[in-house]
Amino acid sequence: MARFTAENTILAREIITRYPRPKSALIPLLHLAQEQDGHVADDAMEHIAELIGITPAEVLGTCSFYEMFKREPVGNYLVNVCTNIACMLLGGEELLHHLEDRLGIKAGSTTPDGVFTIEDVECIAACTEAPCLQVNYRYFSNVTLDVADALIDDLRQGHRAHEVPRHGILARTRQLLPADRRAGNAVPGVAEEPVWLRTADTGAEAGA
Amino acid sequence: MTVTNAAPIVSTRFALDDGHTLDRYLATGGYEGLKAALAKAPSAVADEVKAASLLGRGGAGFPAGTKWGFCPPGVWPRYLVVNGDESEPGTYKDRLLMEKDPHQLIEGALIACYAIGAAQAFLYVRGEMALAQERLAQALNDAYAAGYIGTNILGSDLSVDIVLHWGAGAYIVGEETALIESLEGNRGMPRLKPPFFPAAKGLYLQPTVVNNVETLANLPWIVTNGGAKFAQLGAETSRGMRLFAVSGHVKQPGVYEVEFGVTTFRDLIYAPVYGGGIRDGHTLKAFIPGGASAPWFYEEHLDIPLEASAVGAAGSMLGSGAIVVMDDTTDAVKACWRVVRFFARESCGKCTPCREGTTWLEKVLRRILDGHGRPDDVALLLDVCDNISPGIAWPPKQTTICPLGPSAVSPIASAVVRFREEFVAYCGGTAESPVTINGKAYISQPGEVASV
Repeated sequence: MARFTAENTILAREIITRYPRPKSALIPLLHLAQEQDGHVADDAMEHIAELIGITPAEVLGTCSFYEMFKREPVGNYLVNVCTNIACMLLGGEELLHHLEDRLGIKAGSTTPDGVFTIEDVECIAACTEAPCLQVNYRYFSNVTLDVADALIDDLRQGHRAHEVPRHGILARTRQLLPADRRAGNAVPGVAEEPVWLRTADTGAEAGA
Repeated sequence: MTVTNAAPIVSTRFALDDGHTLDRYLATGGYEGLKAALAKAPSAVADEVKAASLLGRGGAGFPAGTKWGFCPPGVWPRYLVVNGDESEPGTYKDRLLMEKDPHQLIEGALIACYAIGAAQAFLYVRGEMALAQERLAQALNDAYAAGYIGTNILGSDLSVDIVLHWGAGAYIVGEETALIESLEGNRGMPRLKPPFFPAAKGLYLQPTVVNNVETLANLPWIVTNGGAKFAQLGAETSRGMRLFAVSGHVKQPGVYEVEFGVTTFRDLIYAPVYGGGIRDGHTLKAFIPGGASAPWFYEEHLDIPLEASAVGAAGSMLGSGAIVVMDDTTDAVKACWRVVRFFARESCGKCTPCREGTTWLEKVLRRILDGHGRPDDVALLLDVCDNISPGIAWPPKQTTICPLGPSAVSPIASAVVRFREEFVAYCGGTAESPVTINGKAYISQPGEVASV
């Protein structure tokens, strides 16, 4: 699959300008690639390397560390079932096994129609609403087996599209850094003592 | 019960449907702390935070004002990095602060930038928290448009950008030097300290203050009301209010903001306004007092206050404010395995004792659970623990760059000592079976791990 589209290339270049050093934009650009294609394609990693000015191997080196980056296509809906301690105590494993039986796949794999991937994940910070799961990183809390069945039916029929975008799309709101309001990057070797500290020092001396 | 009536500080907008919007934030006192800060010298703002005795809320509990003071003078630029990579099992407060009150965090970050002289801030949010990312992106956009972020904030000399950044799934990135590596575009592996204490050599090897979300969320209140008023709340060593998450087998699991250091575990687990007690028909077996890394507590620890030194003296840690309650139906071996598996999966792989040790602990526990335990397996677990953290002591001795590896020792040391018979039974032994390996006794008598 694909290098960035023309539109995403412009966005990628803008994201790079937010950081004092371009490589800091690497993880955001990997997210952008996954948003575009649903997974991180090899061509996208090469394109990211060109944009940042590093090697494709460096891009892969970072990409492969983080479990959210999928280098192979996954289902439209990535169902992450928490089985960590708080969820385990309240039925997280039973929930996982129920979904495995229902969809006929084991955790870590994708249904043949490419709709669902199930994963057995670590704590997703919804412990007081256990057992919980995420679908494409959207939370579903206190998930009983009946609730899970209804959720799978809804997702398959497209009834949840407004709350669960397809895999790859995280935040649907992008940060905008308006040019007329930007303070600018604090670049090592260039940035000096911030002006508000200097004026405060002067003020303190004047008052002393 | 010592449930106090102290008013919440950081969770005041949690019950509002629109607490995340700029309009509601401004209508409920929002950005008044920033205005109050800008009316003072930066050093005076830092002094207020010192006077508040605000302890970092990320888990280590280091005084925030002192941490700020470690930036070497005359080295520029400095950065602020907001640690929103909350992922300690059981911990669940920073996500709420980011989703339900993003402007409060932004205001706190701006106050910190002003006080420490940080010219750029990075807000690192956990990758899996899509709603928090959306809410923060919208809040940042609105705050930029309204003149609260960017150049010459509110007409003052303060000019700072806040850049929203998010991770991609790695628990270890919550460790501050790993977070900095990740923010530099690298694999999230912790750096050796010293020399890489972030305050001296952090992001791009520049002075960097890494503060937890809840820590920063307290700043608007502290600057508005004064550090002294904050210091009137809580215990002498633990000032202010603090968020605790109570989960597991309680009637009312939830995130509660309580007076810090005064409230006890018993209050939090049993008080009708908090956890409401163990679910009907069951009794307490054990509880994790401060996230998965903390040694377990039991019935006899219930009256210990939620205060770092008291919890430390009793052999565990308050950590990240996560209390996971296990009732009498809990299989101690299974609970132990599940916590250990977390560390095995999340080890970054940099240090051998952690990478190999946690992996083997998980394998041995799994085979015990699967009914294939060998007579020496319980001792073997302790032997591996002893190699990861010599002496299996508390606080743990460290053979690794960060505390992740030694953290995996905690649940085993806890569970094997307290629930030895459950482990031995899985392995086909009896309660009287000695826990030995190569002739060395690991448990000489009940409740004690022998030094090896």
